[in-house]
Amino acid sequence: MAKETSHSILKVEELSIGYKSKKGDTLIASDINFELQKGQLIGLVGANGIGKSTLLRTLIKVQPELSGRLFLNQKDLKSTSILELAKQLSIVLTEPLSSKNLSVFELVSLGRHPYTNWIGRLTEADSAIINKALTLVNITALKDKKCYELSDGQLQKVMIARALAQDTDLIVLDEPTSHLDMYHKAYILKLLQKLTKETGKTILFSSHEIDLAIQLCDTMIVMTKDQVVCNQPCQLISEGIFNALFPKDLIVFDEKTGSFRVTK
Amino acid sequence: MKINYTYQFLSLTALLLLCFVFNLSLGSISIPFTEVFKSLFASTENKTWEVIIMEFRLPKALTAIMVGSGLGVTGLLMQTLFRNPLAGPFVLGISSGASLGVALVILGSGLFGGLFATALITKWSIVIAASLGSFLVLLAVLAVSNKVRDTMAILIIGLMFGSITAAVVSVLSYFSSAEQLQQYIFWGFGSLSNLSWSEILIFFLIYALGLVLSMFSIKGLNGLLLGDNYAKSLGLNLKQSRLIIILATSLIAGTITAFSGPIAFIGLAIPHLTRQIFKTTDHKILLPAVFLFGAIVMLICDSIAQVPGSDYTLPINAITALVGAPVVIWLLVKQRKMMF
Repeated sequence: MAKETSHSILKVEELSIGYKSKKGDTLIASDINFELQKGQLIGLVGANGIGKSTLLRTLIKVQPELSGRLFLNQKDLKSTSILELAKQLSIVLTEPLSSKNLSVFELVSLGRHPYTNWIGRLTEADSAIINKALTLVNITALKDKKCYELSDGQLQKVMIARALAQDTDLIVLDEPTSHLDMYHKAYILKLLQKLTKETGKTILFSSHEIDLAIQLCDTMIVMTKDQVVCNQPCQLISEGIFNALFPKDLIVFDEKTGSFRVTK
Repeated sequence: MKINYTYQFLSLTALLLLCFVFNLSLGSISIPFTEVFKSLFASTENKTWEVIIMEFRLPKALTAIMVGSGLGVTGLLMQTLFRNPLAGPFVLGISSGASLGVALVILGSGLFGGLFATALITKWSIVIAASLGSFLVLLAVLAVSNKVRDTMAILIIGLMFGSITAAVVSVLSYFSSAEQLQQYIFWGFGSLSNLSWSEILIFFLIYALGLVLSMFSIKGLNGLLLGDNYAKSLGLNLKQSRLIIILATSLIAGTITAFSGPIAFIGLAIPHLTRQIFKTTDHKILLPAVFLFGAIVMLICDSIAQVPGSDYTLPINAITALVGAPVVIWLLVKQRKMMF
């Protein structure tokens, strides 16, 4: 038991998520419990509007939780300052960049922000980490391009490189595959898998690519109306969890192929 | 790997020095370059020239440098903070806030009775009123911009603040004497001259404080380029950064407006001009570049405003608009898109 917790990167206990407002809280999902292990690729899936983004936003401290406890590296997230958090958790969001005039190198180097001095000067070590991140994601050739010149797929890779440059144990990505074609969806998820293997970082992403996630993830978190389940993909299949994801009138889950098909 | 801008910085600094000397030598009386240097560093035989340089042209040139560089820097800060390429101290109503403060002091003294009337209209009361006015308007714009995410809406709200202050100024004008009105209108023309050395010192101190604050916001500004959530995820204290940026802007823009009047377009146009040469978004490079560029352009505008060889001095505000507006149009036509 003690050995198990030492590998835990993110632990969620009795978590309830939703929106706080003056008129009363809007509950989106409750009774969420899971524990994520170091070095794993974790996919978060669920239907539209089920609260994937809300859960991720709660995990990355953009949005306050309604109740429950969150532990990042065994430390309560509430008592983690934003600067400490920045050194342990990096994010890739769906929201567009404020300025697309940034060059790729400039954008990736912003990942070093939590470590640089008051004016943000990059040391040799910082530059080495930035270049390593560029190499890992295979975008060194794009280094001097401006972000407005990039395709969606390239921009997503750049954002991942920026998160890598931040050198955190955990990287959280909100729908990194949206707006991408089939090839690039697979490419990005495969890249994330490669990164967990090569860097030992934990990567948590939300996605609608359930079939790809089943093939690539070490662990999956499935959000359905009734519960939030976290387990290995094959376990989840044999428990029939994926059948509960969507209404059954249009698509059904095929356990043999691990993908959904349209009902005839 | 990292692009080095040493060459550009050196040429800009050289250009700034050239414009500075040029500005000193031009005016209703043309003074040769050599004599300009002599009056600055040694003494010249021609005492009239020395007085003209030391008492009139040098303070004016220094004011021009502070006004130009200060407005350029605040323009850059505002464009990044509001994520809007059209932002600037003038567009967002900060200058109109300062105008309102000044109007209340100059025009309102008639309204609020004789007690203050004479005591109030000193340069200092104008400075304080302008700084307060710009600070309050900036706070109001920022408060609204936290609620409204749409940058166009923020811009329109800034314009509305401008309209409100203009309306209040109109009401005040209605109750004012011709003399007060004239004083206010002349302040509105903008002027770089008529500052004594002690006034320049105070100007410099507040302006320098603002510049130091903006230097400390460089890292935050770079983080803001990504957007609020990303900036926060990088460990940036958003509230604190915003406050420092606003404080720096209101100190600089407020003092400039107080001492030299509301000077248009420099704050908006200079950052865009700078980006034509410095193709980076890194504020470590942009901030000093905008500083140099602003000072150079302001010195040139001032040289034009003096109409060399004549006794006329045109309102500086008209010249900056004549230079600035075409620049913005040219950039839009050239790039079809404005970036920040």
